[in-house]
Amino acid sequence: MKHTCILGAAAVAALAAGAASAATLDDVKAAGTLKCGVTTGLAGFGAPDAAGRWEGFDIAVCRAVAAAVLGDEDKVTFVPTTGKTRFTALASGEIDMLSRVTTWTFSRDTDLGFEFVGVAYYDGQGFMVPKSLGVSSAKELDGATVCIQTGTTTELNLADYFRLNNMSYEPVPIETNAEAQQKYLAGACDVYTTDASGLAATRATFEAPKDHIILPEIISKEPLGPLVRHGDNQWGDIVRWSFNALVAAEEYGVTKANIDDQKANSANPEVRRLLGVEGGLGAMIGLDDEWAYRAIKSQGNYGEVFEEFLGTNTAIGLERGLNAQWTEGGLQYSPPFR
Amino acid sequence: MSETHAETAFARKAPIAFVADGQIPASPPPSSAVGPVKWARDNLFSGPVNSILTLVSIAFIVLMAYEILPWFLDSSWAPAEMSLAGCRAEASGACFAVLVERFWQFFFGFYPAELHWRPTLAFLIVVVAIYPALFSSAPRQLLIVTALAPFACYWLVWGGSIWGPLAVLAAPVIGWAVSHYGGKPITAIVGEAFGPLVTLIVAVAAVLVWLLFLVSPVDEALYSIIPLGIEVVPSNKLGGFMLSLIIGLVGITGSLPLGIALALGRQSKLLIVKALSVGFIEAMRGVPLITLLFVASTLLNYFLPPGTNFDLILRVCIMVTLFASAYMAEVIRGGIAALPKGQYEAGDAMGLTYWQSMRLIILPQALKISIPNIVSTFIGLFKDTTLVIVIGLLDPLGLSSAIRANQAWNGIVWELYGFVALFFFIFCFGMSRYSQWLERRLRTDHR
Repeated sequence: MKHTCILGAAAVAALAAGAASAATLDDVKAAGTLKCGVTTGLAGFGAPDAAGRWEGFDIAVCRAVAAAVLGDEDKVTFVPTTGKTRFTALASGEIDMLSRVTTWTFSRDTDLGFEFVGVAYYDGQGFMVPKSLGVSSAKELDGATVCIQTGTTTELNLADYFRLNNMSYEPVPIETNAEAQQKYLAGACDVYTTDASGLAATRATFEAPKDHIILPEIISKEPLGPLVRHGDNQWGDIVRWSFNALVAAEEYGVTKANIDDQKANSANPEVRRLLGVEGGLGAMIGLDDEWAYRAIKSQGNYGEVFEEFLGTNTAIGLERGLNAQWTEGGLQYSPPFR
Repeated sequence: MSETHAETAFARKAPIAFVADGQIPASPPPSSAVGPVKWARDNLFSGPVNSILTLVSIAFIVLMAYEILPWFLDSSWAPAEMSLAGCRAEASGACFAVLVERFWQFFFGFYPAELHWRPTLAFLIVVVAIYPALFSSAPRQLLIVTALAPFACYWLVWGGSIWGPLAVLAAPVIGWAVSHYGGKPITAIVGEAFGPLVTLIVAVAAVLVWLLFLVSPVDEALYSIIPLGIEVVPSNKLGGFMLSLIIGLVGITGSLPLGIALALGRQSKLLIVKALSVGFIEAMRGVPLITLLFVASTLLNYFLPPGTNFDLILRVCIMVTLFASAYMAEVIRGGIAALPKGQYEAGDAMGLTYWQSMRLIILPQALKISIPNIVSTFIGLFKDTTLVIVIGLLDPLGLSSAIRANQAWNGIVWELYGFVALFFFIFCFGMSRYSQWLERRLRTDHR
């Protein structure tokens, strides 16, 4: 009897989940708002400002999708999720998409039943040391004490890297980034290791950032990207190509400022298709022809978004590096719009 | 006799130099036995060990002040550039500018600024509503406010149609009407023996059906006829201290009655009631609160039909209340167990029913004994509200990490946590003092 109950409940839940994921686009349009899972606060990638408006690199992806689908970058309900709740929130339909510095891995893509629609930011684990330590390469860190967040992939990567290079280290376990900053500055550890973007953001907050260097070695691959549920390919396409539109716009020199001019005058057929002047691409994903135009117009192209929240002019001061366009030696590459 | 005569004779002959006709005025005590010196001797330097401890403590306090005071004194409140860098350019100590900039966010989360008066008004209503519950000197009429406050506060904080809260408010009326007017026909159908029981069951069922299935259609129907309401504020706009207070107050006010019911249920002689109470208490106490919060935030989503917008904060409030009520039940059971058997027998001997003896004899004493533990549970519950950070709700601690994620304020730690700590201290200390006052007031033994 009990088992029947549980099975029955599970069946209802499965049916419900199936019904929920059948047409996310219709649900979003009916609700008039895009429910986007974001971080609870990570420098550069997403945080609320004093007026409660969310801003950041991941936030811009949500806003671009909202602009494409609903025509307004503010028609987004930001749902703060933690590392523990993010996947259930997406799987249960509480959110329509997740844009929250989530690493694209095999098991998340397949076993958890999600679909990563692209790589918004190529990250990797790095090391930060005080200049006074006199170290210029991670290979010289034998015997160092390392501040490391417990229970994350960074811990495993660190162990692998040191074992591979026949070096020893002493871990200083920490729980949060804020704790790490305090410990590192107090000299409780020689080295702080986490994702390179996080290191840059942390270093930017120091009173004397120039006294600390980030070592050139990147010891892991952390491709961070937005994701959606399995089972609704149309919705996955919309999120994927909304993001691709930002990348393509940078490649073709379409910016927030010149987009109207480009739309009216560009002779480049790719740009004309991207901005909906010809080709009728919008209808293929169930949107109107100006969907990409609105996404780019509201957020700017990929390069503009990057520079606004993460780039060298911000306090975080990240170089483009791997995140440059493929034409400039990076990995950002949008498939053609045709 | 003869001596006396002799004295009087002597007195008559020669005048006496001095006769004390009153008491000699007391001379002031020596300076070492009065005033600050005596106080210090008694309380600070009453022996070699105590003297050494006093000196060490004073040295510790001075050292702490020496370390912390400059941080407070050389603080920055309104630098030219509102950021950590701006603070550092201006002062070497604390950067309180972050609290200035984010003050209202700390209190209201992302609640629209022009509507801040609504939660504020709700808070004032809560204060008025709590007053008669805490102090018996308050006018009893205020209890009406207490009864209506939950509905008014819900409506003020979340907004929307006024008919929803009113429809929920109608539930007890419906229960009463069913049991009052339905009693006779039901008794006529099922017979005298089962009449009261069946009436009770029907009344409870009617209330449940009303709450679960009829409230929202009635609300919508009435709203379409008379659209009376205020702007809706969705749950994801709630945060900060307001969120802590909502969860804490709901948990505290809900867990006490539930806890009493569970404690009585656990003592009950009725097998099913007892088994259910024990099962509930043990299940809730056997699971960490964080697990229950995860159930509230994620698991329920799978089991509720899609489209049901069962509010996350409401779910969390229910979970916290259930969790706290299990602890409360055990605290109160401890109080009940502490009463001597004679109290029960006295109740029986006077011919009181079970409910009468509980209400008049057992519970007043048991609750009085349990006051320190009850308040302890309340304080623990209120502090536990910060755990909601793990399911992504922006309580004060969640907000402080979100604020630190902003480039302008990244790197600030002590100011934010200190502010949150101060807030919690004020409330928890207040509860603690109230419980001590209540204990003194209710003391009936002779000491």
